[in-house]
Amino acid sequence: MSGPTALELAAAVRSGQRTAREVVQASLDAIAARDGEIHAFNTVTVEQALAAADRIDATVAAGRDPGPLAGVPVALKDNLCTRGVATTCSSKILDGWQPPYDATVVTRLVEAGAVVVGKTNLDEFAMGSSTENSAFGPTRNPHDPTRVPGGSSGGSAAAVAAGFVPLSLGSDTGGSIRQPAALCGVVGVKPTYGRVSRYGLVAFASSLDQIGPFAATVADAAACYDAIAGWDRFDSTSIAEPLEPTTEALGRGVAGLRVGVVAEMTGEQMGIAPDVLARVRAAADALAAAGAVVDEVSVPAAVYGLSAYYLIAPAEASSNLARFDGVRFGLRVDAPTTAEMQRATRTAGFGPEVKRRIMLGTYALSAGYYDAYYGQALKVRRLILRDFDAAYERFDVLLSPTSPTTAFELGAKTADPMTMYLNDVCTIPSNLVGHPALSVPYGTGVDGLPVGVQVMGPALSEAMLFQVADVLEGSLA
Amino acid sequence: MTQTGSVADGWETVIGLEVHAELATETKLFSGARNHFGAEPNTNIDPVSLGLPGSLPVLNRKAVELAIRVGLALHCEVRPSIFARKNYFYPDMPKDFQISQYDQPIDLGGWLELPSGKRVGVTRAHLEEDTGKNTHVGGSGRIGGAEYSLIDYNRAGVPLLEIVSEPDIRSADEAKAYVEELRAILVAIGASDGKMEEGSLRVDCNVSVRRPGAPFGTRCEIKNVNSLRSLGRAIEYETRRQIDLIEAGERIRQETRHWDENAGRTTAGRSKENSEDYRYFPEPDLVPVVPDPAWIEEIRAALPVLPADRRHRLAAAAGLEHTDQPVIVAVERGLDRLALDAIAAKADPGRVLTHVEHNLAVDGAEQLAGNTLAALVALETGGKLTATQAKAVLAELVELARGGTQGDPAAVAAAKGFEAMQDSALDDAIAAAVAASPAEWERFKAGDAKERGKLTGFFVGQIMKATRGKADGKAVTAKLNALADG
Amino acid sequence: MPARISRDDVAHVARLALLELTEDELERYTEQLGAVLDHATDVEALDLSDVEPLSHPLPVRNVFREDVPGEALDRQEVLGQAPAAEDGRFRVPAILGEEP
Ligand SMILES: [Mg+2]
Ligand SMILES: [Zn+2]
Repeated sequence: MSGPTALELAAAVRSGQRTAREVVQASLDAIAARDGEIHAFNTVTVEQALAAADRIDATVAAGRDPGPLAGVPVALKDNLCTRGVATTCSSKILDGWQPPYDATVVTRLVEAGAVVVGKTNLDEFAMGSSTENSAFGPTRNPHDPTRVPGGSSGGSAAAVAAGFVPLSLGSDTGGSIRQPAALCGVVGVKPTYGRVSRYGLVAFASSLDQIGPFAATVADAAACYDAIAGWDRFDSTSIAEPLEPTTEALGRGVAGLRVGVVAEMTGEQMGIAPDVLARVRAAADALAAAGAVVDEVSVPAAVYGLSAYYLIAPAEASSNLARFDGVRFGLRVDAPTTAEMQRATRTAGFGPEVKRRIMLGTYALSAGYYDAYYGQALKVRRLILRDFDAAYERFDVLLSPTSPTTAFELGAKTADPMTMYLNDVCTIPSNLVGHPALSVPYGTGVDGLPVGVQVMGPALSEAMLFQVADVLEGSLA
Repeated sequence: MTQTGSVADGWETVIGLEVHAELATETKLFSGARNHFGAEPNTNIDPVSLGLPGSLPVLNRKAVELAIRVGLALHCEVRPSIFARKNYFYPDMPKDFQISQYDQPIDLGGWLELPSGKRVGVTRAHLEEDTGKNTHVGGSGRIGGAEYSLIDYNRAGVPLLEIVSEPDIRSADEAKAYVEELRAILVAIGASDGKMEEGSLRVDCNVSVRRPGAPFGTRCEIKNVNSLRSLGRAIEYETRRQIDLIEAGERIRQETRHWDENAGRTTAGRSKENSEDYRYFPEPDLVPVVPDPAWIEEIRAALPVLPADRRHRLAAAAGLEHTDQPVIVAVERGLDRLALDAIAAKADPGRVLTHVEHNLAVDGAEQLAGNTLAALVALETGGKLTATQAKAVLAELVELARGGTQGDPAAVAAAKGFEAMQDSALDDAIAAAVAASPAEWERFKAGDAKERGKLTGFFVGQIMKATRGKADGKAVTAKLNALADG
Repeated sequence: MPARISRDDVAHVARLALLELTEDELERYTEQLGAVLDHATDVEALDLSDVEPLSHPLPVRNVFREDVPGEALDRQEVLGQAPAAEDGRFRVPAILGEEP
């Protein structure tokens, strides 16, 4: 399933050994061959991709620098705006909408020479953990098509796992990159909040959303991160500090690095499956063997992350999703008055999970409940930050499972929202505090399906996270 | 200054104003789309001002600077502020929430001094984004029976400063004075063009009535007052309406009411008793604004002298009260600089302000140099020109000033044939007049001050007739008395 | 924590959010929102009295753009994406309610 890496492809294209067109055509062929079964893509942009590939080849022929990701096929989660290409968020309400502008990350990938081959499926508006909440049907896990790929960036994770593309982008609000990466057996990275511009990412929860890469290898993920990260004048919350090049970090090893295994995420209380726990322990041992100082650490408030998250994220979402009202773009269900038209449009256009969260958030913000719910949640958020800060005084990075279980059967958790929400129990805290975290594949569970290990670090510690993930990746080979 | 302000005896009107001022920036509050009135529909738009999915706001530094200027001009405390989202659905609002400052506004607790000398408290001033414009098509063309509506988002995202007054205003005239003074300040500091007709300045007023000294009554918020005139009319109508209701034993319903300029009345709108649930929360896409004290001082230092201070300054120079009409008028017309210069050039302050108030309500007056006006006033007080002649000369001087040259008052007077009379000629005229009316002259000589006062008018009239107005009244009076007292 | 979310509460927020619910949707959502909010009661175990709320993970402040015009969108491209447009403007059905 794993073809050449992004860096190998870029090297081949840059050196002229292979043309971007060949590379992109191979990707399009792989998609054509198997995406009918997987449904990783909402849209495949065949013509645009081949035209872009030809431009790269012309650049190479002209002796000009085609960029570090020259000719590398990439897939974009379908909540990233692409000028002139449908951007649906896997929702009926954005039916037929073609943004008049590109998201900053898209511009940066293209400037780096990457070639966009399509837009990937997601849980509607990124609300979900299985990609089953898509208006266009679920995406299936390439390792076992009867199972979910995780979510909400399930399409982007599956596209890499299926070998359709070596790189893809997702968005992570409560684990939406890391959890599907774990379930699909690929690397998934949620950068520090503000490290990657959110301009052009259709917002779910603005204070939690971050865009990040999926890749088959740690080195590819780092290269993609390097291409998209950095300050952007169009995002007030983007961080100005210069980037630490991650490439040097790879291969640096972990000798002397202090690694804390989070007690609250490896105990019974969070319902982590034993076979998943076993892989986390194995990862800890591997790091110790490589010279890291491994110990257990407690982050007490982390267990309250889920409660805070399911008030804060819906609250912000209820406001972010107000603009889908049938007036300026997307779906309109006609009615005699504007108010009726807006109500009819939203009622027909949003799926059940989105409605659930909009109402939950509206309630959490509404008069009389703000302090009891939203206000409390913001205080819990502060406590969690305090506990992480304390932990990082004693440890450089923290270790935990990414997801409590391996990939589950389609439909297994759709009946009861709360059981679905529990998938994100280990990933949510990083979003609440804005810290970076990644998931790296670390073997398989009893069912033979991939298990991911989560590596968390303090703000702007991406390079160190790649450094640790690189060691874990190497320890499996 | 005591404010009765009651339109009906025993009642007092209590008024608080909310003024929305469009700030004079090049671009919108949160994006680079242009802030220009009167452009083709939907041409000043970008992803942010259309609220497109994925767009993000980035705060305009100039808008913050202007908000700070206004805060300082209104004696407010300029504070750290944050933006919040005010959530409600309306088609002219692209995101279906308005980014506004809620519990942490940038300007807090100031005041504004009216020409009357009264201070009106300013509760707060906060930054927020404007909405687009709906045009209602079909039916009456008003929102009522319209078939459908068209939306132009050019105005969406234009920076607004909402300036909220304390309920310190007690009459329609005082409300108008407040808006005029506020407008003068905004224009003086370059914060807004202040054009009410273009909607650059929009006024909502909260009106209630009470028995003097009693607690505030239930208030109604009146919207859609688009001119000072309608502001006054609306307040008077609303006051009358509320008094009538109360006197008829009914209660006032707290509500928004709309001023109907044609019908000359306010009509009931949404009830505010169970007020909207806007679900305010901190705008996560923006960061706090914490103005650096050095920046604030820089802005303070660059502020021009404000109207109230200009009134005090001119009053002091002219030996008048800052609340005196000539002083207020001079500052209103922006002629206080001219007056100050003329007075500094030793011109009689009374004459100077008389000219400013009565003879200089014309374009180009401000181009007149203080020395030129002073020279003219000198001719007058020196008896070389009559008031009537001076007025004519002044008009000529203003014409020249507009053309860019400062004329010489004496030369202009001469050119108009106003050369003052020789004393000898005047003496002859007086002698002739005295000879012509011996009886009156005897009574004048014998008369006390009062008697002479009466007859002075008679003789001056005769002499003026004889000299076709060239004689100077003051000079004639002096000579008559000298002659009588031998 | 306040009393458990009621059917009327859900109907109210649905109104605020411009969503229409059928009777059984109202039933189901009341149940499901209740379950999520019940789970959230676990934070009652925490003493939050002297804790400052954290609404945003970034400590950044004073981020400005200069007052310089940027690129405008093409009106045709934008109106081409609108459900309905008429002479350069977005068209909507009659607007009955007044601006809040
Ligand atoms: Mg204007
Ligand atoms: Zn306002």
